[in-house]
Amino acid sequence: MTFTYAAAPAYAGVPRRGPLTRLLEDERWLAVTLLLPTVILLGMFIAYPFVKGVELSVTDAKVGVPGQFVGLQNFAQVWNDGIFRVAVWNTCLYTAVTTVFKLALGLWLALLLNNNFKGKAFTRAFILLPFIIPTVLSTLAWKWMFDPTFSVINWVLFQLGIIHSRINWLGDPTLAMVSVIIVNVWRGVPFYAISLLAGLQTISPELHEAAAIDGARAWQRFRHVTWPLLLPVTLVIVLFSVIQTFADFQLVYVLTGGGPANATQLFATYAYQIGIGTGLLSQGATISLAVFPVLLLVVIVQLLYIRRVETH
Amino acid sequence: MAHIDRRRLLKVSGAGAVAASTGGIAAILASGRAPAYAQGTSLHWLRWSDFVPASDQLLKSKIVPQCEKALGIKLNLEMINANDIQARITAAIQSGSGPDIFYVIGNWPQLYVESLSDVSDVTEEIGKAQGGYYEVSTAVATVGNKWIGVPWTTGGGLVTYRKSWFAEIGYSDGKFPQTWEELRDAGKKLKAKGRPLGQTLGHTFGDAPSFWYPYLWSWGGKEVESDGKTVALNSKETVESVKFAVGLWKDACDEGGLAWDDSSNNRAYLAGTISATNNGASIYLEAKKKPDTYLTDTGAPLWQDTLHAPLPKGAGGQFVFVFPSTHVLMGYSKNQKVAKDFLRWVNSKEIFEQWFTSQQGYSDGATKYWEEDPVWNVDPVLLPFRDIPNKGRLAGFAGPPGRASAEAITKYIIVDMYAKAVQGMVPEASVKWANDELVKVYA
Repeated sequence: MTFTYAAAPAYAGVPRRGPLTRLLEDERWLAVTLLLPTVILLGMFIAYPFVKGVELSVTDAKVGVPGQFVGLQNFAQVWNDGIFRVAVWNTCLYTAVTTVFKLALGLWLALLLNNNFKGKAFTRAFILLPFIIPTVLSTLAWKWMFDPTFSVINWVLFQLGIIHSRINWLGDPTLAMVSVIIVNVWRGVPFYAISLLAGLQTISPELHEAAAIDGARAWQRFRHVTWPLLLPVTLVIVLFSVIQTFADFQLVYVLTGGGPANATQLFATYAYQIGIGTGLLSQGATISLAVFPVLLLVVIVQLLYIRRVETH
Repeated sequence: MAHIDRRRLLKVSGAGAVAASTGGIAAILASGRAPAYAQGTSLHWLRWSDFVPASDQLLKSKIVPQCEKALGIKLNLEMINANDIQARITAAIQSGSGPDIFYVIGNWPQLYVESLSDVSDVTEEIGKAQGGYYEVSTAVATVGNKWIGVPWTTGGGLVTYRKSWFAEIGYSDGKFPQTWEELRDAGKKLKAKGRPLGQTLGHTFGDAPSFWYPYLWSWGGKEVESDGKTVALNSKETVESVKFAVGLWKDACDEGGLAWDDSSNNRAYLAGTISATNNGASIYLEAKKKPDTYLTDTGAPLWQDTLHAPLPKGAGGQFVFVFPSTHVLMGYSKNQKVAKDFLRWVNSKEIFEQWFTSQQGYSDGATKYWEEDPVWNVDPVLLPFRDIPNKGRLAGFAGPPGRASAEAITKYIIVDMYAKAVQGMVPEASVKWANDELVKVYA
């Protein structure tokens, strides 16, 4: 006796699969489809402006004039520009000092916020305020506080008898840099604090308890338990922060305009000054691109370090 | 919806069209009806937020409706901060879309020459009807014989000063120091009383060049020769001006000025912390608008103790840094004809006069006709502003106000030359630094 299944009717419970479904069942196509929106967004907002910037930097383009190919002439010109060199130094100093302070204060704040206390949720939300307020608005408030004539900081210090003549916060080259650093640290600490707090909360309390039972003191627990486990998160946060600080614009633009006498001029403010103020788009793009190799180096070193930390 | 039959349509549209083709703007105005071709057209006009808010109010509440009635153009008037105009115009040009007409200041038209429409027909008509444009207005708005913008105003700064405080140190009857030496001596006495002179040496686009460029010129210094290429800053005159500036700053000025922006001196003067500052008429107008808010130490309204005078003279003469303003029609605009009609209309005597009156003396006209306007008879304290266009010079002197001069001013090279010396750099070295920077710019 033989049985044939060929003529058996199709099972009515199985839905009919369309060509799209069949295509997406192939993992390669599914991966492409899922990645496509991200690729399009990155292409539009990251890759295209970057390529356009590179293209502009090797031409003599001005506003409304496409320009001719000039090779690396703009880079040579920028390299010989005294103000650009000042901007390079200022940007490195600004980034280095603010990063150290933001990390130290952010970590300290995160450790404090990781404890249990009354009003914890409110304090955690409140601490984010400097990060939430639009930079331009908060910087305007700082500008008022640093005002040479009407500074509230000077007024308080004067009333307390600490100073007898006013401090020229934004008029003195050194103090102007100190002032922009203070504002950047104020604005950046919440980002560090909240991100590090998230990192701290992933560390199991049992590890601390075990260390405490073994007789480890608070500092030893931090040094040998908390810090090693927090390090990968910290490095990623520092990486993001360095990139953002290196390209900072709003704060300096509002507070000092790069002055006095370029004492606070940064890459971004100078690029804007040249590209927009003078219409020399090619040179503005060149100044902006000059940041790229430095940042690339920072990113490579940090990513390699993160990988090393994670594999150990 | 209102019914319009064929006969009525022909009658209405015919009035505008015939008026436009035969009688020009006067006939359009007389007909009280928009020409047919412009009806329903909208025009995007971008301007700065004026230092005289009443003028912005007038544009919004009166000029926009009048424009719609007279030309049939729906005016989309946008006002933004002066500092943001260049970013907007750059984005508009690069993308080929944006406002049809931009309001620009100083020598900005020269930065966008390739992207602006030829408006020679409009300007020649207006110039002819209004006594001709000032030299400074022409210089920034032309390339060769072609007009790339329609001049709107000129203007600049004068020293706003406290009459009674200067009287206390010997300048009675509203007199003001005539030379830089006199000003330093006066400022020294005033600073000793806690009433210094106030001037910015910071990176700010208005007040910083408005003071330090004419200061340089008055000593005989200049950026370049008349060829517009040969840098001539490093001269005996410039070095002398820098040496004197260091003393002037320490002896007579509020040293916080190194960080001042364009509004800092207004605040300081209105608060009574400085005795004099180079500025437009905005300080005086603000004090006059709020007589109960801004008072002198004796309780009198501050505006009654305020006068205006030109900056002192030096061996090279006496100058004002002029800020011409211009309307430019963008090449990408699809409303070329309508925009030109609008520019003709808004610059006509009847319309411009309304705006000019609202300025109360803050601005000068771009043509000589406005020197005779009754606005100058209203308040004698503002009368000195009338003479600014004739004493004015533009950045880039003795060369033309082209792209290089714009770059020099944007980089604050002249301002920083003085700032560096005030901060301790040897005057000769600061002049050499500035000269070297200018050489790169003008190369």
